[in-house]
Amino acid sequence: MSEKKATRVGYGEALVELGAENEKIVVLDADLSCSTMTNGFAKAYPDRFFNAGIAEANMITMAAGLSLTGMIPFCSSFAVFASRCYEQIRNGVCYPHLNVKLAFTHAGITVGEDGGTHQSIEDIAIMRALPGMTVLCPCDAEEAKRAVRAAVAIDGPVYLRLARLATPVFSEGMPFEVGKANVLREGKDVALITCGLMVETCMQAAELLKAQGIDAAVINMHTIKPLDEAVVRRYAAKMPLFTVEEHSIIGGLGDAVAAVVAEHGGKLKRIGINDCFGQSGKPDELLDYYGLTGEKIAATVKGSL
Amino acid sequence: MEITALQAQCTQVRRDIIRMLAGAGSGHPGGSLSAVEILVALYGHTMHVDPAQPKMADRDRFVLSKGHAAPALYAVLANNGFFSKDEYAHLRQLGAMLQGHPDIKKCPGVEASTGSLGQGVSVAVGMALGLRAQGANQRVYTLLGDGECQEGMVWEALMAAAHYHLDNLTVIFDWNGLQIDGRNDDVMSLGDFAGKLRAFGLDLIEVADGNDLQAVIDALDAPVCPGKPRGILCHTVKGKGVSFMENQAGWHGKAPNAAQAEAALEELEG
Repeated sequence: MSEKKATRVGYGEALVELGAENEKIVVLDADLSCSTMTNGFAKAYPDRFFNAGIAEANMITMAAGLSLTGMIPFCSSFAVFASRCYEQIRNGVCYPHLNVKLAFTHAGITVGEDGGTHQSIEDIAIMRALPGMTVLCPCDAEEAKRAVRAAVAIDGPVYLRLARLATPVFSEGMPFEVGKANVLREGKDVALITCGLMVETCMQAAELLKAQGIDAAVINMHTIKPLDEAVVRRYAAKMPLFTVEEHSIIGGLGDAVAAVVAEHGGKLKRIGINDCFGQSGKPDELLDYYGLTGEKIAATVKGSL
Repeated sequence: MEITALQAQCTQVRRDIIRMLAGAGSGHPGGSLSAVEILVALYGHTMHVDPAQPKMADRDRFVLSKGHAAPALYAVLANNGFFSKDEYAHLRQLGAMLQGHPDIKKCPGVEASTGSLGQGVSVAVGMALGLRAQGANQRVYTLLGDGECQEGMVWEALMAAAHYHLDNLTVIFDWNGLQIDGRNDDVMSLGDFAGKLRAFGLDLIEVADGNDLQAVIDALDAPVCPGKPRGILCHTVKGKGVSFMENQAGWHGKAPNAAQAEAALEELEG
């Protein structure tokens, strides 16, 4: 396995690269630029970086105004504060379908010690409910870079879900097409459909399952909206599905896949945070406690068959 | 346009508002009528706009942050030739250009979709930032209601306007003193409002009678202080021009029936 790097770091690097290529890109932050990693862009292009202070509602809505002058704004803060300004995102950005990119970091329980107030486990549910919103959740820092580039190519609102925790980078050379899942591993017994940091964890789970005689496919569903329904239907027709996400099982990837299974047939179990809030702890301890390690996922899959 | 022609347009806009709302059977007359002089002055005197090219690159921008005053904006846009008055008949109907609140995707001349209070002023701040970052020198104007200023994000936006020294931004307040549930001071007092605006960094002009067209024009024409956003606090009368609607909170969000509309139009003969 190669180096470890957080998806937020990939985001920050992509912004610096894209800032040189496209002078329409501007970045807004809410006093967290050193954590969201927009500080690299701020240093490189100070005239195109706007710190909104600790005022997320105004940040989102100023971004709407910036986009109305032809700029391509990226807004960043912690994911938990994206849901704080749901209504600004709804009416300010999505209702007029403006070209605003919402790149929120520190999603999921791997925020760690800051605890439940700062661990966003419902942001996918909220964002995917909005008409016209694209929802992307890259699996590692390299895929995060490709996702940022893809977001710029979309004329409309995009939500990018990014993580704090440094995790292995393994996606070099993989394609990234919005709305098209990447099958990372073929299997004939079960399919693990996953996104974000759980992709690499599911690869570990698949190895453990293989040792127990279960051949698991792993599908990186980096785009949660629009969902790659074709890949879901294809695997649902052949084997039981398991969704795995660092998010509530309510409203996220699991429910998006469940809708396809409900309408077209198949068998599904959703693995994620079971309708509860997170808490303080080390990221590894939290993943274990909430059943999101390779071992725990493999055990849940095996126990469900 | 000459002041007398603009004054006549104010009366026409009021008549159009009443007709539109009576036809639709719902909507917001009180805060539409209080804002008429401000909007007529902006579109007929102050702003550089071209109804034939609503997306003209070097146009000034206006954001109606108090989006429920849409009928006033629609009437001013139509009277300035942005679209036909035939659209009035479809206000608030399925598929209409004239939605219940201004919709950038449907209505020519509308610069931002508003209606959720407190957001338009932030949009205007973002526009002013974006235009300045691109070296453009046109101005951005926005109009807020007084009740709207109970929204916390209004103050976030004003803080940002001052922080970023947006002297290309004019923030206008339609201070009619009333909101849905009654007097502002009874619902949630804004206290020393002018003092608060100055404390937040606006270069503030107060207009004692915001329904005096010439006074509004003079305020809009006043030279801007470099590095500071301009604020204009207009003391207005809710329901202005229709005696039975004036200063009545009950006319915030209720359309006149046919008889009431007829009585209102008689008063607005001009």
